[in-house]
Amino acid sequence: MGSIADISLVLLSGLKITLIVLILSIIFSTLIALIAGLSRVSNNWLVSGFTGFYVEIFRGTSLIVQLFWFSYALPGLFNIHLGSDVWVAVLAISLNYGAYMSEIVRGAIQSVPAGQTEASIALNFTGFQRMRYIILPQAIRMMLPEYGNYIIQILKATSLVSLIGLTDLLYYGNIYRSTHLSEAPTVYILILAVYFLLALPLILLTRKMEKVAKKGVVHG
Amino acid sequence: MVAPIVQYKNVRKAFGDVEVLRGINLDITPGEKVALIGPSGSGKTTIIRLLMTLEEPSSGVIEVNGENLWQMKKGNKTFPADEKHLRAIRGDIGMVFQHFNLFPHMTILENCMLAPTIVKKKEKATVRATALEMLDKVGLADKVDLYPSQLSGGQKQRVAMARALMMKPKVMLFDEVTSALDPELVGEVLEVIRDLAKSGEMAMILVTHEMDFALDIADRVLFLNEGVIEEEGHPEEILVNPKSERLQEFLSRFTSSR
Repeated sequence: MGSIADISLVLLSGLKITLIVLILSIIFSTLIALIAGLSRVSNNWLVSGFTGFYVEIFRGTSLIVQLFWFSYALPGLFNIHLGSDVWVAVLAISLNYGAYMSEIVRGAIQSVPAGQTEASIALNFTGFQRMRYIILPQAIRMMLPEYGNYIIQILKATSLVSLIGLTDLLYYGNIYRSTHLSEAPTVYILILAVYFLLALPLILLTRKMEKVAKKGVVHG
Repeated sequence: MVAPIVQYKNVRKAFGDVEVLRGINLDITPGEKVALIGPSGSGKTTIIRLLMTLEEPSSGVIEVNGENLWQMKKGNKTFPADEKHLRAIRGDIGMVFQHFNLFPHMTILENCMLAPTIVKKKEKATVRATALEMLDKVGLADKVDLYPSQLSGGQKQRVAMARALMMKPKVMLFDEVTSALDPELVGEVLEVIRDLAKSGEMAMILVTHEMDFALDIADRVLFLNEGVIEEEGHPEEILVNPKSERLQEFLSRFTSSR
């Protein structure tokens, strides 16, 4: 039983990096998703075309390879250094999940009935006002349930950052295991438990968002 | 003779290969109530959607207060209208839709207040007072804090009218506003339109299938058939003594179904 406490202490030192990467990735992927989603419904074909290219590239290749690219290939090839490893990780995860999530944004915007746009034109809103007051508020509540799912996936994706040398939860688990081989099962069960505990509030949040979306109106 | 507020000059509209409007000429004088009747697919709705800028004409000119809606002049060259030009002109036009198109995420009151506050940038307290007054006028004073989903079709349509009236349009367009309603709810909506027609200097163009109603409130009835105005005149003339064979046939379908 002593070893469980020992292992937990070791894992705890990796929790900080996991949480930092998680929170920053959620923030940036959300921003990227909103910007890319709006760009894809733009009338400007240059904007929507370029964004479409970005989305397909990042959806169509694996996150782990993207992590290696940002971490090792870009600096080596073009002498581009993206700063600390934490930022490299956040950038790769955010660009990858931002690409996926931008498709939810695009889909939700396009599924707001055309009549809403027509009513906004009849009331003489500007294009920006139409998006800000009429389309987006309705689209966002349609996005919420799927958005929650992606947030949980981002948490799990953060475990990949140990592969570019970030000292997260999994990294410390692996270190401990390499010196205490017989305790491997305990180590990995504890790691699973910690990830699940981290996911729990996100799961509850997703449930809540599903309820809000079902209600039809955000503040109804 | 008063200058017309709206003029259609040889307006045509095609969707792909299908020509929906084939040369519409039409003057609307300020305050005039015009009913558009005709079989479905005759282009009635398209006529008013062009004026509301929801659809762009294929050719021809639409003028509002003498200003070209769909083209603008820079120096002595003409360009297709941009968003700014359209916004400057369509402020005088309002529209009520067949399917209401209320904003579902806002209360009734918020639905009515949004455009005057953010488009016309009027003071919120003043807008609120006007909106309450307007909703009272359409008989919904006790519903102002409800959401559209909590209303009946007839109530929704009355909110939609109040919302459009808040922008004080000089021309109001009604696109088959009773077609999506249960029969027992049609009356309450027509009542509001009738009051508007009797009291206002606002011009009204109504696309409608309610013949008795058209007879009652319209100054002029236009019969549309296959994209052209086939017959027009005083409601009595058109509805009681139709000349063209097509109009007679069209009207007989209504009397026989009653």
